[in-house]
Amino acid sequence: MNIATPGRIQAAFRGELGRFRLDARFDIPARGVTAIFGPSGCGKTTVARCLAGLQYLPGNFCAIDGDIWQHETMFRPPHRRPIGYVFQEASLFEHLPVRRNLLYGAPRRRGASGPDDIGFDEVVALLGLVKLLGRFPQNLSGGERQRVAIGRALLSQPRLLLMDEPLSALDRLTKDEIMPFLERLHERLSLPVIYISHDMTEIERLASHLILMNEGKVLGVGPLPALQSDPALPLAHARDAAVSFDGTVMAYDGTYGLVTLDIGHGQLLVPSPPIAAGKRQRLRITASDVSLARAAPQHSSILNVLPARIMSRLSAGPSEVVAVLALGSGGSGVRLLARITLRSWDMLQLAEGMDVFAQVKGVSLVSGRSDG
Amino acid sequence: MGGLTGDLWQSVWLTIELASITTVILLALGTPLAWWLARSKAWWTEAVAAVIALPLVLPPTVLGFYLLVALGPDGPGGVIAGAWGGRTLAFTFEGLVFGSVLYSMPFVVQPIRNAFAAIGDRPIEVAATLRASPRRAFWTVAVPLARPGFLTGAVLGFAHTVGEFGLVLMIGGNIPGRTKVLSVAIFDYVEASQWREANILASGMVIFAFAIILTITLIEKRGARTGR
Repeated sequence: MNIATPGRIQAAFRGELGRFRLDARFDIPARGVTAIFGPSGCGKTTVARCLAGLQYLPGNFCAIDGDIWQHETMFRPPHRRPIGYVFQEASLFEHLPVRRNLLYGAPRRRGASGPDDIGFDEVVALLGLVKLLGRFPQNLSGGERQRVAIGRALLSQPRLLLMDEPLSALDRLTKDEIMPFLERLHERLSLPVIYISHDMTEIERLASHLILMNEGKVLGVGPLPALQSDPALPLAHARDAAVSFDGTVMAYDGTYGLVTLDIGHGQLLVPSPPIAAGKRQRLRITASDVSLARAAPQHSSILNVLPARIMSRLSAGPSEVVAVLALGSGGSGVRLLARITLRSWDMLQLAEGMDVFAQVKGVSLVSGRSDG
Repeated sequence: MGGLTGDLWQSVWLTIELASITTVILLALGTPLAWWLARSKAWWTEAVAAVIALPLVLPPTVLGFYLLVALGPDGPGGVIAGAWGGRTLAFTFEGLVFGSVLYSMPFVVQPIRNAFAAIGDRPIEVAATLRASPRRAFWTVAVPLARPGFLTGAVLGFAHTVGEFGLVLMIGGNIPGRTKVLSVAIFDYVEASQWREANILASGMVIFAFAIILTITLIEKRGARTGR
């Protein structure tokens, strides 16, 4: 893996920190949001610190977009890596007002800014910081502090933004206040982001790729819905298993308040406030909201019935099973999970490889501003 | 009387000069030392800290005695001084500065070290992720955040140098205008039964000490209020 490829974030981190053993390798696209998910203490933060150069493990490898930051004999110190790092606690410089906090990492020479650079005014507008500029960090709320920290990281003009549980120290209300800012951020900027979290709902709203970790090891790397529906990974087995993916808004029916979303191999009708056609929209379908039928139901209240193929069957306790489905008659489309009773599975004589109809009872739109 | 007052002011001025020079040298030496003590994880860090703290416990005369031996004509200091034709530092102002630096070192290093330690690694790491070189991080983040520690250290170092007696007597002697500082002058006046002059100096020192302690308390209170 020690060849740096443009457009990729490549890492091989291996080593021991006290009793903790890290062995994490991944190769992900250097664009969009990639989440690192796992329980507390699984090494997520250590991976981020290794990427930032804050943690040195000898002999490791990491390269960002073709640029090698560490290999066997070379280690680029953190202040020479074009990263932005948002810590769990905002960690603002208490002796500087917000404006000088924001500008601390900004390129200091005039004319040093590149064409893709994000401007001060843009960051201030994006994160709603106008009223805070003259204040000192002691006089900010937790959410405001975290927004300033994000702005400060962005203004250092990073080529990789690392966010280490940026919301987990905040209460529910403050999280909901910041989430729209994060979503807007990822819509506007092309900057690759690595977002660490132990909260799947945050990841389902923001991330397109996922690195799944446990006990210092990487269990899986790939697009978020692929990992969510992978029978070999724990996500699909979870009680609240769900699949999240993006659809494109095709039309809006004002009479019934329904939006039509194209998801590649079919369309979904979802109750929603009006959304402009053409917009990408993140959706989430939980396993318990999907049921199966052998034939297309004739007179049903369920709006969304899609042809699908059963790819595999997972047992979920003594009385239920979870079926991994692939939409499209050939089974080549988006994956879904369906949680049904074992009795239904047997009664319908379902089997892996069988073509069925997936009845989707509920779809949630998870982008913050469209939640209504 | 006028001569005596002149003598008195000479001692005051000499004391201020000694304390100022000592404080400046201590800040210059003590800051990197305190930074290293606060951040080093080596096992012998605390041994170095203990050596620096020795003057807190030792009678000043012990330190003075060893300095006298070291700086005297037969000691290593004297040998070195003789090698380049200089005279030894014993019974000179420079010798007094040297002794005062060692003697007041813990009073400057300790508060600065504590202030650096209280900052923790995080602000330094944040500065590094914002492209700040270690040098820039030190000057723009660590030092400003440790400011209360610097103030306390400077005030304590200055005050403690003003108040030293045993060490001065051992290595400085009692030469007017060269090594006769306040504390020695008070002793002199008392020995000569000049109680009035002794009283002027002594009460001045009491007021000085009060002002110092009050200042430090206020600095610390302010530091606590701004969140650290």
